[in-house]
Amino acid sequence: MTSSHILTGRYFMNGDHACAEGAIAAGCRFFGGYPITPSTEIAEHLSSRMPQIGGVYIQMEDEMGSMATVLGASAAGARAMTATSGPGFSLMMENIGLAAMMEIPCLVVNVQRGSPSTGLPTLPGQADVMQARWGSHGDYGVVAYAPWSPQEFFDLTVHSFNVADRYRIPVLLLADEVVGHMVERVEIPEADKIPHWGRKRPIGSKKEFKPFEAIDDDLVPPLAHAGEGYRLHFTGLTHDERGYPDMSADTHQVLVSRLVEKINRNPKDLIRTETFHLEGARIVVIAFGSTARSARRAVRVARERGLPVGFLRLISIWPFPEQLIRELAQDVDAFVMAEMNLGQMIREVERHVEQPVLGVNHAGGAMLAPEPILEAIEKVANNGSTSSR
Amino acid sequence: MVQPLLVEEHPLDGLIRADRMPHIWCPGCGIGIVMRCYAQAIINSGIDIEKHVVVSGIGCSGRVAGYMNIDSYHTTHGRGIPFAVGLKLANPELCVTVFSGDGDLAAIGGNHLIHAARRNIDITVICANNFNYGMTGGQMGPTTPYGALSTTSVYGCPEHPFNLVNLLAAAGANFVSRWTTIHVRQVIDDVLYAFNKPGFSFIEVLAPCPIGFGKSNDLEQGVDETLLYRERCVHEPDTALDKLGIDLREDQPIYVGRFVDREAPAYQPIRLEVEK
Ligand SMILES: Cc1ncc(C[n+]2csc(CCOP(=O)(O)OP(=O)(O)O)c2C)c(N)n1
Ligand code: SF4
Ligand SMILES: [Mg+2]
Repeated sequence: MTSSHILTGRYFMNGDHACAEGAIAAGCRFFGGYPITPSTEIAEHLSSRMPQIGGVYIQMEDEMGSMATVLGASAAGARAMTATSGPGFSLMMENIGLAAMMEIPCLVVNVQRGSPSTGLPTLPGQADVMQARWGSHGDYGVVAYAPWSPQEFFDLTVHSFNVADRYRIPVLLLADEVVGHMVERVEIPEADKIPHWGRKRPIGSKKEFKPFEAIDDDLVPPLAHAGEGYRLHFTGLTHDERGYPDMSADTHQVLVSRLVEKINRNPKDLIRTETFHLEGARIVVIAFGSTARSARRAVRVARERGLPVGFLRLISIWPFPEQLIRELAQDVDAFVMAEMNLGQMIREVERHVEQPVLGVNHAGGAMLAPEPILEAIEKVANNGSTSSR
Repeated sequence: MVQPLLVEEHPLDGLIRADRMPHIWCPGCGIGIVMRCYAQAIINSGIDIEKHVVVSGIGCSGRVAGYMNIDSYHTTHGRGIPFAVGLKLANPELCVTVFSGDGDLAAIGGNHLIHAARRNIDITVICANNFNYGMTGGQMGPTTPYGALSTTSVYGCPEHPFNLVNLLAAAGANFVSRWTTIHVRQVIDDVLYAFNKPGFSFIEVLAPCPIGFGKSNDLEQGVDETLLYRERCVHEPDTALDKLGIDLREDQPIYVGRFVDREAPAYQPIRLEVEK
């Protein structure tokens, strides 16, 4: 990586530009995409930056093509990404599944807008979180992050590339319009402060190499690239360790289980959360993305009013931090889940706790304000269950 | 006792994945002939075998990626071309070929096909055109001739097919040719020519599909369609592009040859000088 391409310094920039600079800092040298609000600034910025740094910007004819070309570039060895919003994310689902099956690393950014369908192109939403988890057909592990600020959009772009390479997966970065268009301070670190986890690469005989053989405990096979002399075969069909199609239920079971298990087995690298005010909390508010900004505000005000409330911010939404939620559940009486959709992540929380979980929801189009979250906290607190135990 | 005759070696041995044989293709299927031509062109090319990459979409033709013993990617239906574009742009040293079917390339992948040709991306596309969706059992598709029977056009195909040569010429491809599985030498020559030709090259090869297309169109055996090619093919490369459509109803000619060979610059990503 050439450090001179990294614009170390302090800036005032929007989240989409921060994402684009994060990609360059991470060593991304291929962007294939199709413009869509509110992610377009990522494409625009990279169309001007890639030619300066020897990278490729290609504007594809649609999002099926974007996803496919990103996978081709990554298969040839490049760190590669695309960026889109809901309508394009739907079209990408096909080859997000192919990326999972071929185990080709890449980054897919979805700057969420109000949905479904064309929805609210210029306004925020958080209603694609379940699509991110289950959108492509079949079972496969998913890693998805949700930044709450332009700075975090930068940082998570770098981290997402690292996770994608390390685990041979497509990583989904689910920003929202608020974070994409918000302008805030962004600090781009020195090149040597930018974490870099490379791809696991094959060692040993090229002839013996099996591109889908997971020897290590992490269940991730080393990745060889086109043109390196391995005579690789990659297919979206169910395949054995050589990558050869094998239409048997046993091979399918082994392969698909590994695609799920390699994510489940490595929570430390993948799960990210942040907590505030958990001391003595009897109520925990959970939120992610731009909604977390309002939620933290609501929690602060509630604390000032003497309510025993704490805050959990999900940075990774997938994998869901179920272990942490279960631990929290040992000491609290209720949860409040705030999200800019009509109740998606709340189901994940409910799956892991016995306490009541109160949802604060909005279909999207405007940021959730602190007030309804505060009202929910007060409502739960006044139920009496929180006063003593 | 008769001793079995053992063939020790075949010139293409190293290029075919013997451990994947037997292949899935039906007796009389033309796809294998086209694959053989592609393999021969790789040998003749003198380009390092390790730099050849084949990408396929989905279909009987798409299975070629699984049988070639080179770096090979069997992608999703219709998406072989954009995948190949990514490979080529990320590593321009690769000699990238897309091998797929008429349905894969011209129906579900049709948008990618015309846009890759418009951009004149430096890849080679080999289209095995068998006038139908073979893999799914013989449905009509974008190249099914008007009036032809298929499992979804039991009263005769009511749509007009693409004239692929004209389509690709209009879209901007640098090189466009059409042959059939009886034109083995020409196919080898054109694939080889396309490897070395900058820009987008498209080689359409008509291939018998006795099971999907032939059985319902009085071409029960692979050889029947082969004979039809022999009777109907006309090598007139100067024929106007819009006259190159394929109509099997009457005794219409099937025009074959090299129809487009131009020198428009191939796509290049923009590179600026970096001040250090
Ligand atoms: C998205 C999607 N839709 C449909 C299919 C089913 N399908 C598999 S192959 C095929 C048609 C292939 O036709 P063609 O490209 O002409 O190849 P052939 O089998 O004739 O060689 C279809 C429709 C699929 N695999 N994926
Ligand atoms: S169905 Fe047609 S195209 Fe497919 S293998 Fe059989 S003959 Fe070939
Ligand atoms: Mg076909």
